[in-house]
Amino acid sequence: MNGKRKLVVIGNGMAPGRMLEALFDKMPDAYDVTIFNAEPRVNYDRIMLSPVLSGEKAFEEIVIHGDGWYIDHGVTLYKGHKVVAIDRAAHTVTSEPGETVGYDVLVVATGSNPFIIPVPGNDLPGVLTYRDFDDVNAMLFAAQSRAKAVVIGGGLLGLEAAAGLKERGMDVTVLHIMPTLMERQLDPAAGYLLQRAMQKRGIEVVTGANTKRIVGDRKVEGVELEDGTVVPAGLVVMAAGIRPNAALAKEAGLEVSRGIVVDAAMHTSDPGVLALGECAEVDGRVYGLVAPLYQMAEVAAAQLCGDRSAEFLHADTPTKLKVTGIDLYSLGDFAEGDDREEIVLRDATAGVYKRVVLKENRIIGTVLYGDTADGGWFNDLMKKRTDIAAMRDTLIFGQAYQGGGVLDPTAAVAALPDDAEICGCNGVRKGKITSAIKAKGLTALDEIRAYTKASSSCGSCTGLVEQLMALTLGERYNPAAVTPMCGCTGLGHDEVRRFIKAKRLKTIPAVMQELEWRTSCGCAKCRPALNYYLVCDWPDEYADDYQSRFINERVHANIQKDGTYSVVPRMWGGQTSAAELRAIADVVDKFDIPTVKVTGGQRIDMLGIRKEDLPAIWADLGKAGFVSGHAYAKGIRTVKTCVGSDWCRFGTQDSTALGVRIEKFMWGSWTPAKVKMAVSGCPRNCAEATCKDVGVVCIDSGFEIHFAGAAGLDIKGTEALGLVKTQDEALEHVVALVQMYREQGHYLERIYKWAKRIGYDEVRRQIMDDPERRKAYFDRFVFSQKFAQVDPWSERVSGKHKHEFRPMATFPLEAAE
Amino acid sequence: MNALTEHWVAIGSLSDIPRRGARCVRRGGMTIAVFRTADDHVFALEDRCPHRRGPLSQGIVHDGCVTCPLHNWVISLESGEAQGADEGAVATFPVRFDGDTILLSLGMR
Repeated sequence: MNGKRKLVVIGNGMAPGRMLEALFDKMPDAYDVTIFNAEPRVNYDRIMLSPVLSGEKAFEEIVIHGDGWYIDHGVTLYKGHKVVAIDRAAHTVTSEPGETVGYDVLVVATGSNPFIIPVPGNDLPGVLTYRDFDDVNAMLFAAQSRAKAVVIGGGLLGLEAAAGLKERGMDVTVLHIMPTLMERQLDPAAGYLLQRAMQKRGIEVVTGANTKRIVGDRKVEGVELEDGTVVPAGLVVMAAGIRPNAALAKEAGLEVSRGIVVDAAMHTSDPGVLALGECAEVDGRVYGLVAPLYQMAEVAAAQLCGDRSAEFLHADTPTKLKVTGIDLYSLGDFAEGDDREEIVLRDATAGVYKRVVLKENRIIGTVLYGDTADGGWFNDLMKKRTDIAAMRDTLIFGQAYQGGGVLDPTAAVAALPDDAEICGCNGVRKGKITSAIKAKGLTALDEIRAYTKASSSCGSCTGLVEQLMALTLGERYNPAAVTPMCGCTGLGHDEVRRFIKAKRLKTIPAVMQELEWRTSCGCAKCRPALNYYLVCDWPDEYADDYQSRFINERVHANIQKDGTYSVVPRMWGGQTSAAELRAIADVVDKFDIPTVKVTGGQRIDMLGIRKEDLPAIWADLGKAGFVSGHAYAKGIRTVKTCVGSDWCRFGTQDSTALGVRIEKFMWGSWTPAKVKMAVSGCPRNCAEATCKDVGVVCIDSGFEIHFAGAAGLDIKGTEALGLVKTQDEALEHVVALVQMYREQGHYLERIYKWAKRIGYDEVRRQIMDDPERRKAYFDRFVFSQKFAQVDPWSERVSGKHKHEFRPMATFPLEAAE
Repeated sequence: MNALTEHWVAIGSLSDIPRRGARCVRRGGMTIAVFRTADDHVFALEDRCPHRRGPLSQGIVHDGCVTCPLHNWVISLESGEAQGADEGAVATFPVRFDGDTILLSLGMR
């Protein structure tokens, strides 16, 4: 045992994700962490589901912790494991698939459930909720086939869902039980403006609508209201609010009221169990917006690190609607009352409404619609309980108008005090952002997100952060800039690749000199990229710079976490023989290799090899006819095959032979990122060709060529490139496609990302519809292979780079005196 | 008072190390990575990233830094400190030249 305490977390949403980040920050080695996630995926930004629904973002863009994060932090993540029992006496939890794990400390973060209104028909197929990525997928699926949708609930979630479905081409009606939309966050005037804006984009809004039942025989056909009206619909989305999901905690005997009752330190009635997030109830309140949930996460992390003083404090959180083109901001208490005054500004033509509610000359609530730029300033005045008597006449015009200031768009941000909150989701203040920009020399929005977390959740403060960058950086701020390759240059990958060709730059120093690199010899990001671009563009002239390659490509093996290496010999199309297997077995015995493993690419991996042994192992493998499998390379990896018409009773073509032919033709080629291929002998697709970078599926009439699949961090089926008749044509198309990618891809950009960036149709146009261009790509690939197909193992066996594999000097430890 | 002197050992010559590369020196159970930068400065660090003990000698050398091959931490060759947003440091060892020979200090004695 390693002496670490065992921390089990039930739930993998944003709150526990943030808690673990804070915990690993403070005490990276204190706990062995196991997470049970009922959803079959990693932690993603739930707030951003609406942009995914509307198509403005892809799911990959809203992932907070990719699989790598869990690996890096040694976290065991059970995906798709809903926990069904907590045994507090035995200190264990058990999941539905039957996994039982013991804990020293348990954190319950089960989130919330959507509220399903109790009316007949609410369980019909076609009735959905809006809570997680599965719901979004279900809605997107429905949007393809059904023309009409009803959203029940005119709150934040309901309106975002309605706007997203409308974007996806559905006819949408919102049914809201109250007289105005978002009545908990907006006053009636702003609610009216919002309703008008929704109607303007073609969304029907019915207020005061009380749902009686959902109509339908075997699936949803419509919604019937109390007054007898029936709104026809093939999809009904319930967005009538959420309820804390406390059932599991209750069954385990923890104290539960509306949510799981916790104290300000996030401890439940059992001192060994914490709860946080939407399932937790603190001081009689439950929360649904991210800012207080993140505050809970920080408190829980501090408590886990032994800081008993950390406490959760209630604060009002501003509400913002994430519908493109609708600006809305609401904070605090805006009900009318005898002891309250209000200041209102309306601009009917511009559709602007601003209202500030005052009590004893202090702001207690704000509603802004149409122009929300001053939200942060009003929030700041309210939090600080500033007496506004002196600026009362101009208060409503906003901060830029105070003290006769000029109308500079950044003046408002400039005038904010350092402790003004810029990012509500993550509680980041202005001073933290400006000092990070100055101290760390940040110039890009992404860097600010990485260092400060500002603008990294819902993104609605992005404009403010950009203004802060403009203010702090002055002329150095360039908002339209492309993302540079790295900190050494302002140029993006595309520009650098263009210049390499246009200026005929043929060495790394030439690129750095001519393109005015800011560093003397680059960094670990740009050097491998430049090395690849030069290898690709000048195959006959460029001398590969090994010191600019990652260690795996330098020693032609895969570095493992303990500094040992793994070796994978090439097995053409996944075929092997008795002689090859015997040679592998002999090498394993001779070098005492601890682990031998069959890979997903139909080959054999030998793991735990000392670097010094690599050349000798390669020599032995080479004698048996093996060459390097390039399992480490940003290059051509494997061509997976099934047995095809040789053996299989379903096989339509000789898929094994085609796979071997492709692999023998293409091996050794360097590419922007790894390229994995497959050939399946029939549409049953046993070689899984339709999730590869490039795949071929044989059919009776020829060969279907597929591309741009992914089955790693992202999962994506391939796109069809087209159908060809002969093996020769199949090879030519596959090779041309890969060469096009070689010439255009950004370093480390897989085929599916490259193809998405330039457009699938563009790839089809160039490879399928333009034979001359295809032939030119093919010829350039063939030319470059003349210089690429050299077995790196045999080169090193014959002494190349021998310094890599031996220590320079060895000294014994001296005895202590 | 005993006068302590640095314990210098000869480990080889500059040409033994590839430019923008590293070689290792074994000392008992410890591995020391000896780096040579593009402008022929030589630095010695324990071959163990402060993050997850990655072998720094296997990383890419750029300017005065090396990037760890396991998780891309960037370590200053001069100070041994992690750069950028990461925090941590690795032990450094003094190095000097005697003609073409590189001398490495293994501490005081």
